[in-house]
Amino acid sequence: MAKFEPFGFLRELASPWDMAAFVVVIGLIAFLGGAAHGFFAPLTALAAQPLSLDPVHLPEYAARTTFRMLAALFLSLIFTLTYATWAAKSERAGKLLVPILDVLQSVPILGFISITSVFFLSLAPGRVIGAEFVAIFAIFTSQAWNMAFSFYQSLRTIPTELSEAAESFRLSPWMRFWQLDVPFGMPALVWNMMLSMSGGWFFVVASESISVGHSTVALPGVGSYIALAIQEKNLNAIGWAILTMLIVILLYDQLLFRPLVAWVDRFRVEQEPGVRAPDSWALTMMRRSRLIQAATIAFHAAVLRTSRAVKRRDTPPPADTDTSHTGSADLFWVLVVAAAVVLGLWHLVAGLITATSLAEALHVCGLAIITMLRVFLLIALASLIWVPIGIWVGMRPQVAQYVQPVAQFMAAFPANLLFPIAVYGIVAWKLNPDIYLSPLMILGTQWYILFNVIAGASSIPAEMRFVTANFGVNGWLWWRKVALPAVLPFYVTGAITASGGSWNAAQVAELATWGNTEVRARGLGSYIADAAAAGDFHQIVLGVGVMSLFVVIINRIFWRPLYYYAERKYRLT
Amino acid sequence: MNTVPLVQCSEVRKAFPKPDGSELLVLDGMNLQIFEGQIVGLLGRSGSGKSTLLRLIAGLAMPSAGKVDYLGQPVHGPAPGIAMVFQSFALFPWLTVFENVALGLEAQRMPKLEIRKRSLAAIDLIGLDGFESAYPRELSGGMRQRVGFARALVVHPNILLMDEPFSALDVLTAETLRTDFLDLWGEGRMPIKGVILVTHNIEEAVLMCDRVLVFGSNPGRILSEIKVALPQPRNRLDPSFRELVERIYVVMTAKPVGPATAGRHERFPGLGIGSVLPQVSSNLLSGLMEAVAAAPFNGTADLPKIATDLQMEIDELFPVAETLQMLRFAEVEGGDIKLTDEGKAFAHAALDERKRIFMRHLLAYVPISAHIRRVLDERASHSARKSRFVDELEDFMSEEDAENTMRAAIRWGRYAEAYAYDDENLMFSLENPT
Repeated sequence: MAKFEPFGFLRELASPWDMAAFVVVIGLIAFLGGAAHGFFAPLTALAAQPLSLDPVHLPEYAARTTFRMLAALFLSLIFTLTYATWAAKSERAGKLLVPILDVLQSVPILGFISITSVFFLSLAPGRVIGAEFVAIFAIFTSQAWNMAFSFYQSLRTIPTELSEAAESFRLSPWMRFWQLDVPFGMPALVWNMMLSMSGGWFFVVASESISVGHSTVALPGVGSYIALAIQEKNLNAIGWAILTMLIVILLYDQLLFRPLVAWVDRFRVEQEPGVRAPDSWALTMMRRSRLIQAATIAFHAAVLRTSRAVKRRDTPPPADTDTSHTGSADLFWVLVVAAAVVLGLWHLVAGLITATSLAEALHVCGLAIITMLRVFLLIALASLIWVPIGIWVGMRPQVAQYVQPVAQFMAAFPANLLFPIAVYGIVAWKLNPDIYLSPLMILGTQWYILFNVIAGASSIPAEMRFVTANFGVNGWLWWRKVALPAVLPFYVTGAITASGGSWNAAQVAELATWGNTEVRARGLGSYIADAAAAGDFHQIVLGVGVMSLFVVIINRIFWRPLYYYAERKYRLT
Repeated sequence: MNTVPLVQCSEVRKAFPKPDGSELLVLDGMNLQIFEGQIVGLLGRSGSGKSTLLRLIAGLAMPSAGKVDYLGQPVHGPAPGIAMVFQSFALFPWLTVFENVALGLEAQRMPKLEIRKRSLAAIDLIGLDGFESAYPRELSGGMRQRVGFARALVVHPNILLMDEPFSALDVLTAETLRTDFLDLWGEGRMPIKGVILVTHNIEEAVLMCDRVLVFGSNPGRILSEIKVALPQPRNRLDPSFRELVERIYVVMTAKPVGPATAGRHERFPGLGIGSVLPQVSSNLLSGLMEAVAAAPFNGTADLPKIATDLQMEIDELFPVAETLQMLRFAEVEGGDIKLTDEGKAFAHAALDERKRIFMRHLLAYVPISAHIRRVLDERASHSARKSRFVDELEDFMSEEDAENTMRAAIRWGRYAEAYAYDDENLMFSLENPT
């Protein structure tokens, strides 16, 4: 017997999912709309309405920070889709663009803020939006590079037959981009967006209080709230800030990333059945809701319509015998690049030589070596702790399920929030800050080691576990011959991310303040932080340049060979 | 009958540049005409350039010399009337069956209604009814390849190009798909005028094609053209079917004519230390020798027969047979493989004796192995770096070939216990690991 449904028509009109979607969408719009309000106010308005540590204001501050993060993520996405595509499609451009990306990735974020703030502020003189640009750009610099790298990698690894299919069915480049390139790169891109977001949170304090010359502009947001709390030694406020961040990160995870991860699962090319797709209530809501369905259909239609608008131009694939033409073009390209390099070097060297002494440069290199020692020691220490724990967790899927989200939150936790503890402890017990400030550097980045080791341990094939159980391989022998080699490639990936992140974190972690008390560790990070605070342009350039140089060199001569060695010898396929 | 061929290749040559500036010749002097109403098979081993030729016809690559014409017009890039079916299906995993099929029509910017009508018709024709909204990951291999066919047919191509479309499928599924395809073709229900099928499966070629072009390697060229006049449906057990299969085997194992490429080294270009060695494990070598030595073959085996017995395709069988020939354990000629006396002795020997025989032949007939052993013997340390031999090989061959040749020499040398190799520090030595 069919069930009698008195309000059958209502179900037709709107599903419960529609209701939920409606509430969430309107809520989000109101939240972000409130945040955008005040962008065009004059800068003096900020002074007239100073930041308040009253937790009542926190939702508004959180909204504004969220808005900045989203805007930066959006910009990063646009940067990724254009820059990486250009680098991947044009072999000539790629030769230059990829190394540039590699260097950009190693430039410390404070460097970007100090160097670009004057430019952005001058775009909208006397208006808040100029300062907003600086903040958004700073967050952008902590997010964009790894996203662009991941998309570039994806574009370079599109299976030949998929490319050929697109080509032989005569897709226009525009259509190919949306139907093949973007979907193929999506899974890796979303994963990197999540990493980027954590990186962005870490620098939210630095990006929201911008020093221009001798004055500081504090944009309303969670970051400057934390900065103010530190300045006024308000522990309660720090507690409120932690709570707010927890909620915002949780919302981001549930409303943005979980749905994205579940959604991009369909873009995976490996078509093995049996691997369960991750699920997300928010995605279910979006799929079931006609409101959002209509929006996605509209997007698809737009892709198809624009595809129709952009005609395919039939250009024959290049015949490979004709090399004379490309030869001269290559030469021209090389000349242009060489000229740019010489000009850049000239500018840099001339500027530095006139403004800094050799002794200063040597001093900075010495500081860089101290920071380098610190980073390596901390990575080693963190590895000792997290590798065994990661393996233990990775072998137990039920546990891993709970540990992963916690670790993800911890990765986004800004080091500044621990300043009160660090400063109190060091001052109270008269500890050596060179040693006891160091853990702050690895506070956010150690989790990458944990993530990756867990992933590695959970990918050990069941058969291999049976074999070790069968032969009674356990204890130290099991760690030495089975577990550690199996997770090594994953561990190296995590350690590379952790190392890069720790260099960046040094700028925040080597100089801790609490009220008027200042505790500093000797190192390149505190040098850059000092230079940024003083607004000394030459010192900033020198510090940033040396740090980039160190990071690039360490990557080339240490991490990269280690990575290839681990991949070749220990990757389980 | 229309006299303009669907496809005409004249003196087509394709070479790829190598890093050292020289070039790798893949196809040379290729002349070919495809007429309406035919299924033409391009049959050959991997590396014989047949897939390259298919891509030239598809407009996915351009010839280095010569020209490819489609309906009398030179091919510049992918032509609208040519569609392709891929070995790995090449479906877009993020599109449903319907969207995958409709993609080619979208690219042609056809009206929505027309796209829908034609896509559904193609899905219907190829037996995918009811799967329109499924994603490729939800389908079995056979169903995925049906989507590949529907996607190609929906654009109503004049020519269908098929690049080993059945080789990624299991035997049963492949046979069903072949039969369905031949039925549709025979009844004229597909909107296509001609088919080019690339395959390395001899029986598949004889089963499906009206003409089979047998390709040879180094460089890729047509060795022979064989017409298959048997009526459809064809029976694999039919004596005239077997006879055609046998004939193709004979063509493919024939010694090349002309003095330029001397004797046994035909498929291993160059002589002496510059020979590129094939990737064949010692297990396969002894396995084939045992099989040929045992009853019912007793030392001489018909290649098609033993291929069927061992369930090996020519791509797998030929390199093994040729390696045996290079090591003087067997003779391959006229579609037969015949063990030499040493080959028979090897097949009947126990493990230690086998290793001794293998070492003798390895050091006598594989110059690079002999060279490695000589260097190790002469040195007081009895050890040598791998890179030194790789450098010597690279005077004769590409980096990749040198790496593969080195790998084969290491593999065979280890089996024969002629020398030892340590991959950790990349050193050859005469010592056994402690």
